[in-house]
Parts: sequence; C-alpha cells; structure tokens
Amino acid sequence: MTDPLGWGAILGQITLLFTPTLIALVVTFVVSILYKRKLGLYGKLFDSTIGMIGLGLVLFWVYTALFAGVFDLIATHGALDQSVSMKKKPPGTPYSKLIGTPPPGAGPYYLLGGDNLGRDVFSRMIAGSIKVILIAPFATIFAFMVGVTLGLPAGYYGGKFDTVLSFIANLVMAFPVILLFYLLVTPEIIHTGLPVYMAGILFIFPIVFLSVLWQSRYRTQPAKRNLYLAVTLIFGGWLYLGIAWDADPLGLVRFPPNLLVVFVAVVFVNAPTVFRIVRGLVLDIKTRDYVAAAQTRGEGPWYIMLWEILPNARGPLLVDFCLRVGYTTILLGTLGFFGLGLESESADWGKMIIDGRKLLSANILHIAIPPALALLSLVLGLNFLADGLREESLKD
Amino acid sequence: MGRFILRRMGVMVLTALCLTLIVFFMTNLAPNLEKLAKTQGNFRMSDEEVTTYLADHGYAQPMLVKYGQWLGFLPGYVIEGTDGLTRAKCQGGAEPVETTPTFCGVLQGDWGTSTVIKKDVGVVIADKLALTGKLMFWVLVLMVPSALLIGILAGMREGSRTDRALSTVSITTSATPEYVSGVLLIAVFASSAVGLKWFKGTATSAMDTATFENFFLPVLTISLYGVGYIARMTRASMAEVMTSQYIRTARLKGVSFPNIVVKHALRNALIAPFTVIMLQFPWLLNGVVIVETLFNYKGFGWAMVLAASNNDIELLLGISVVSVIVVLVTQAISDIGYVYLNPRISVT
Repeated sequence: MTDPLGWGAILGQITLLFTPTLIALVVTFVVSILYKRKLGLYGKLFDSTIGMIGLGLVLFWVYTALFAGVFDLIATHGALDQSVSMKKKPPGTPYSKLIGTPPPGAGPYYLLGGDNLGRDVFSRMIAGSIKVILIAPFATIFAFMVGVTLGLPAGYYGGKFDTVLSFIANLVMAFPVILLFYLLVTPEIIHTGLPVYMAGILFIFPIVFLSVLWQSRYRTQPAKRNLYLAVTLIFGGWLYLGIAWDADPLGLVRFPPNLLVVFVAVVFVNAPTVFRIVRGLVLDIKTRDYVAAAQTRGEGPWYIMLWEILPNARGPLLVDFCLRVGYTTILLGTLGFFGLGLESESADWGKMIIDGRKLLSANILHIAIPPALALLSLVLGLNFLADGLREESLKD
Repeated sequence: MGRFILRRMGVMVLTALCLTLIVFFMTNLAPNLEKLAKTQGNFRMSDEEVTTYLADHGYAQPMLVKYGQWLGFLPGYVIEGTDGLTRAKCQGGAEPVETTPTFCGVLQGDWGTSTVIKKDVGVVIADKLALTGKLMFWVLVLMVPSALLIGILAGMREGSRTDRALSTVSITTSATPEYVSGVLLIAVFASSAVGLKWFKGTATSAMDTATFENFFLPVLTISLYGVGYIARMTRASMAEVMTSQYIRTARLKGVSFPNIVVKHALRNALIAPFTVIMLQFPWLLNGVVIVETLFNYKGFGWAMVLAASNNDIELLLGISVVSVIVVLVTQAISDIGYVYLNPRISVT
C-alpha cells in the first residue's frame, strides 16, 4: 500500500498529465506572437494582456478536450469507473479496487480524490470538458445561423415580417430559461418526438443560410455557384438527415437523442437573443452610404444583407459569439445542475457540482470545487477573450 | 403616454396568453399526463387505470377545452367518474357538486389547485412571492449601490489602473454562474474544512427569521452575477459622459474633479444603468431559481422547480404568468423611466 500524496506531489502529477496541453499551448503562443503582424485581428489579440489570458484559458480547455477525447491522454481513469473503496476519498489517495481487477492503464492515484460513487474526480472533470467543448461552440454557431438568417431580413425589410418575428423572439425571451428547460428537456418530451421536430426546423437554417450566401454572391457565375450549392446541399443534407432525423442513408452520422434535446434547447434559448442583436445592427448599418451605393448599383436585397451588411457587423457579432459560447457553457452547466437531459452517470460539470454540493456540509470539498473551477476558468477565458477582441477591434 | 401604456398592456396580455398556451400544451402531452397520474395516484398503475384516472379528473378532455376552463371562458367540467364519485373542476374541498359555481378560472380569480402542494395556486404563489420578494429586496440593496460605485469609480478615469482592476473584477463576477459562485462561497465561508464558519450554508431558516448569518450568502451569490454586468454598463456610460464637451468646459472653468463627477457627470451617466438594472430582473429570476435550489430556500424559484419536476400544471401556469408579468412590467418601466430621465427621448 503506497502512501497518499501531499498537495505538492498532486500538483506536480497533474502538471505532468497536462504536458501535451501545455506544449500545444506554448507552441501556439510562440508561433502566434512571432507572426502576429500577419494574422489580422487574431494577431492583434496578442497585443492585449487580457485577450492573451483569455485565449490561453480557452485554448487550454480546447487542447485538453482534444487530447483527452481523441488521443485518450490526460485522464487517468475511466469517467464512469467506480471503486467502492475509493468513495469520498481525499485527493491523492492511492487507487485500489475491492471487487474485480482494476482496468488496464488505470493510474496509481485518485489525484483529486473520489466522488460519492468512488469515481475519479480528476478524470471526470477532464471528461466533462470534452462534452462542453463539443456542444457549446456548435450550439452557438447554430444559434447564430438561425439568428442571422432571420435577423437580417427582419432588420432590412422591417414591416409585418419583423413585427411577427420580434414578437416570437420576445415570447421566447420572456420564458424563464429554467422553466423552458424543464418543459423541453425531459424524458417524457423526448418520448413525444417534439425535440426532433424542433431540430428539424432549427437545423435547416445553416443549409438555407449557406445556399442563399452562395446564390447571392455567385449568381452571375453559374459554374461556381452550382458547385458550391451542390456541395452545401449534398453535404449539409446528409448531416441534416443524420443529426436531426436520425435517418442518415449511410448510417454514419448519428446523434444520441438526449444529447440532441440538450443541443436543441440551448440553440432555442440563444437564437432569439442573436436575432435581436443582428436586427439592431442591421437597422443601424442599413442607413450607411455603402448600402445606398449597392442599392443604386442594383444589387439584390440578399446580396446587400449578406455581403454588404453582415461583414460590417462582424466586430460586435464576433465579440457576442465569444460571450455567447460562455453563456452556453453556463446553460449546459445549469441543465446538469438540475439533472436534465443526460444519463444519470455521465460526466458533466453542472451535475458534478450539484452532487458535490450535497457533501459540502459534510466538509468534503474536493468533489464540487474542481468542476466549479473548471467551468469558471473556461467561461472567464471566453469573457476575457471577448473583452480583448472588443478592445482590439475598436482600435482600428 | 396613456396610449403607450395601453399598447404595452395589450402586448403583455397577448404574450401571457401565448406563453400559457405553450406551457399548457407541453404539460398536457400524453407522457406528462401519465407521469402526473402516477405521482398523484400510485406508481404501479396499469395503463387502463391511468386512462380512467385521467378521464375521471378531467384531463382527458380536448386541450383547448381544458385551457378554456382554466381561463374561465368555458364552464368547468362536471364528470361522473367510473368509481361512482362525481367530480367538478370548481369543487372547493368537500362541498357537494350541485352548489359549485359553473365557471372557475383565471377570469373569476381562481388559479386552480396545486397538485403537489395541495393548496390554492393563488395562495401558494402569494406565499412564495413574499419569500422571494424578501430575497430580491436585499439583493437589490446590496447589488445596485455596489455596482454603481464600481462602475463610476472605473469609468471616472478611463484606462487608469483603478479602471483596469475594477473592470477585471466585474468581468469575473459576470462570468461566474450562480451555481459556481454559490458552491465556492459555501465551501469558503460555511464549511469547517476551510475554518471560516461565518455563515450558514442553507437558508431554510431565513424563511421565517432572516439574519445576516443565514441570509447573506444567497443574497451575495445572486448579487455577484448582476453586479458585474451593471458595473460594466455604468462604466461605459460614465466613460462616455466624461469625454463630453460640458465636462471639459467644467474642468476648464476650474471645477474640482469630485465636484465634476458628482454634480455634472453622475446624473447623465445613470440613465443607461437604470435601464440595465430594470432589464436585469428576468435574469435575476433565473438566478433566484438556482440559488433557492442551492440554499434550499423555499421561494418562488424553488416552487417552479417543484412544479416542473412534478408536472403540476396549474401551479406551473400560475408561475409562468407571474414571470411574464415580471419580465414585461420591468421592460415597460425601463422604457418609461428612460423617458423621464432623458427628456430628449419620447415613447410615442
């Protein structure tokens, strides 16, 4: 029986495990700083301390999720592996297993201790990062696609279309988010198939967006347009069938139903806010001279919206995107916190926090604190990144 | 102004109708009703028992009819059950079916009965709102002055070291969700592992007698999230005001810096934060749900979670109506207040 580790040794071991992430981070930063004058807005980020800290924190979790998810590095134990003898053990306890043989490749210690079911807190924290990094950015991109596709015409045309859409957006925003989650993300609702229909509607927006984008730009170059449209429709349609309807003809693309409902719920909550922001930006930008010039040239309305207005709104949208990925991370945690939309055992930061919360009064802190700090650092990084971007894009 | 308020009221009623209809639709889906029947009756009911239970208790009627009954447009159901008992929607306790009124809905001031708490929804919501009101009051008392102070100090001299430090603090607090800050605060200030047992980790006892010891942590947790955002808005608006012409004139006249900030800049700088504070209410409502769950404080948010997880239809409807009213009234107040604070803007 080996002795439990002290805090210094625990930190040393954890740093050692994070070596791949740290190497990747250092390489990224060195390369970026060397070439920062040639990298546009991304390069300018390295002029602001807060932007660099933010980027560092975000990339830390992105690389961690990448190495843990793809190469199976960093995590020392399986996120679901339980060991009766490790229940609620403090950080640095040597690994032992009462029943059965330990799985091959299991680490010698529970570096951050065991949780109430005897699972490794450290490995679960890492596993939780994979889930967040997989869902949050993509859900935000989808929300942006929906918000942009509807917000552009609402702001540009105005009128009845705008009134109706704004009313619907306000309606969704008047809903308390948690009530919406409770109504939408339950096994009963998944059973009715409602999320699938919502996914069917929401996920068609990226395809529509891209198709209109190509059509309006390359209308006069049919060869190029047809190529882009064909790629978008075939590839997008394939993903759409697989993700939304679980009807991929090749059987390759699948999305677990309870993950789908989480995804849909998060997109649904975010899209109206994006819609409002885009609409407000369009109302401002459409009075500019270059829009009037494009109108005089006889450009179509969608060309003006997508190729004149949208690129000029990119600054605020980019900043909002970073903030919104952070907000989506918070929402995912909220879902986990209320135990909605996931298997009861899966590693999820919000779920881990609420599980650990129950043991805080028994003076067991090591279960709740690591996921809380992990979530905090990722969201904080995204906020700092947004702040850095805002600062640098205002300097031009 | 009168027309503006009327139009707002119209939008509010329409939104509340649409929203309750959505809630009604979602809670009345077949699997949810089955869950309701099983939690109300017993968990081992067979499918036929579920069907008869739902039919006897009026859940098997068409959705829109039930919605009309809840609103009070349509007469409440009177159903002779398969077990020989006659049940009516408007039955109050043990009184016989014959004497019950025909209509009982929101229009008649009857919000129905909660199936979980077994009380009138109106009574439950009034109780819970009072508790949450107490929480919100202290949140505002703590949050608004500190946020304004941070924002003004930071925006007073844009780019200074104070500004950098305070801005970083406000970004940090607005990036910390309540369930993270709450857990961290409990771990540091309420557990004996760290040693500072200054506060209590639960606020259950604060429902009757709120003391600093049992109420400060939940109040602080909600406030922290809002402080950052309001402070950032105040800072931006303060920084903008400080660059304006009349401030420069005042400086050139030789007015002292504290005087410029307090007498000249403050009034104009506080217009934007006022709107933001009002629009924060819906967000605070969210925070309230999380914090009340975290600290076991049985208020409005706690009731929402309870109602939603038990599919308590009428309580959920009441709660959604209240939250819509909160959201839309604060929006309207922020618009109207904006006009009063800034005479250059008109609502009509």
